[in-house]
Amino acid sequence: MKPIIFSAESLKKEFNRRVIFDSVSFTLHEGGVFAVTGRNGSGKSTLVKILCGLLSPTKGAIRVTIEGKEVNMDVLFRRIGFIAPYLNMYEEFSGIENLTLFGKIRGLSKPPLEQNNFVGDAEELLRRFNIFDRRHDEVRTYSSGMKQRLKFAAALLHRPEILMMDEPTSNLDEEGIATVRSVIAEQRKHGILIIATNEKDDVKYADTVLNLDERKTRKSSS
Amino acid sequence: MKIFTAPAIYIFLKDSHSEIRTRYALNALLMFVVTALALVLFSVGNEVVGTDVLSGILWVIIFFSGMSGLSRTFVSEEERGTSATLQLISRPTSVLLGKLFFNFVLIFSLNMLIAVLYQLLVNRFVVLTPSIFWMTIFLGSCALASSSTIIAAIIAKANTRGTLYPVLSFPIMLPLLLTVMNATRLSTEGAAFAEALGEFQILISYTVVVVTISILLFSFVWKD
Repeated sequence: MKPIIFSAESLKKEFNRRVIFDSVSFTLHEGGVFAVTGRNGSGKSTLVKILCGLLSPTKGAIRVTIEGKEVNMDVLFRRIGFIAPYLNMYEEFSGIENLTLFGKIRGLSKPPLEQNNFVGDAEELLRRFNIFDRRHDEVRTYSSGMKQRLKFAAALLHRPEILMMDEPTSNLDEEGIATVRSVIAEQRKHGILIIATNEKDDVKYADTVLNLDERKTRKSSS
Repeated sequence: MKIFTAPAIYIFLKDSHSEIRTRYALNALLMFVVTALALVLFSVGNEVVGTDVLSGILWVIIFFSGMSGLSRTFVSEEERGTSATLQLISRPTSVLLGKLFFNFVLIFSLNMLIAVLYQLLVNRFVVLTPSIFWMTIFLGSCALASSSTIIAAIIAKANTRGTLYPVLSFPIMLPLLLTVMNATRLSTEGAAFAEALGEFQILISYTVVVVTISILLFSFVWKD
């Protein structure tokens, strides 16, 4: 397992002078699972968007160190996988086309032949999330649960050291939830996992829980 | 440089395939070209109109045709909720270059079509120096694509996208439009190629400045 340190330092976010959260600080190490909870509107999604680089904080900073080297925030996307209800796939493309496209844009095609050697991994992920049989169908024909499964496949394609999930089990059936649990267990073995959720079953996998209503972190009781 | 260009090429190919499948911008652009050309033909009729006016009308058609479709490259990402996905898989500069190249191919193809149809349908518009005319179309397309791409990125984040695009574009594109109109007029007056070099230098400078500023500012526009 690579030594990874993910730290948030005094994060604050305001929208139109309304403070969403303030003074959020924590440090995570490899093998850690961190949960963010709080009632609706408490800023869970805003916080994970900041952690993955989609939003800038009003104050504070994110620092990521992998194997002793600080990761430049411009290329943090290479180290992060993110699953959220508001992330959409390209509906005019099929599931496998979406994953192939993401792999190419991410630069997973390796020289000298620029072969798409990640396609095997993409197909394996589609099998794992049980959408392999529909891989050539346009995403617009998928159900919401299938789209959620495809988002997981897209987030795991580049084997990220840091995985972030916002409401990971939304729209998923029992089988899909079980697959998510296996992803959580695997991510714990080789990286860091951050989950924003209100599901008690998801929270129990966390080592540390940040409740944005209470604005404090606590060690998980489980 | 390859770290920017390789993803940019795939983003360009993604947009091209998406456009072929959805006809998101193409149909709007083509419909506008046909409608605008028909309106010009009806309104001009048998009137004797000077070539300087016809040169201006050509670029009015090109400008408003571009306005009807060039913003789609960023607006469609926002409307479909895929801009966050794109942010998570590539650098901002790669996205900008990919979208810029897509807009250039789109506007250049469209301008070629408009230029050919305009010469065929408007009898009094006769190009005497084709080298100036086609160079103006090429450089004008580069300049239009460069400014329209960054403006599209800005307005895609706004609520009033449709109205804001031409309003914001007009002052930024005014120096470019005046230059291409003048260069087109020179091509219809039979001027030597060297006489249009000043216009070409302006168009190249405009494109370089706008692309440079876009690269410097794009990550601020794209991220929040």
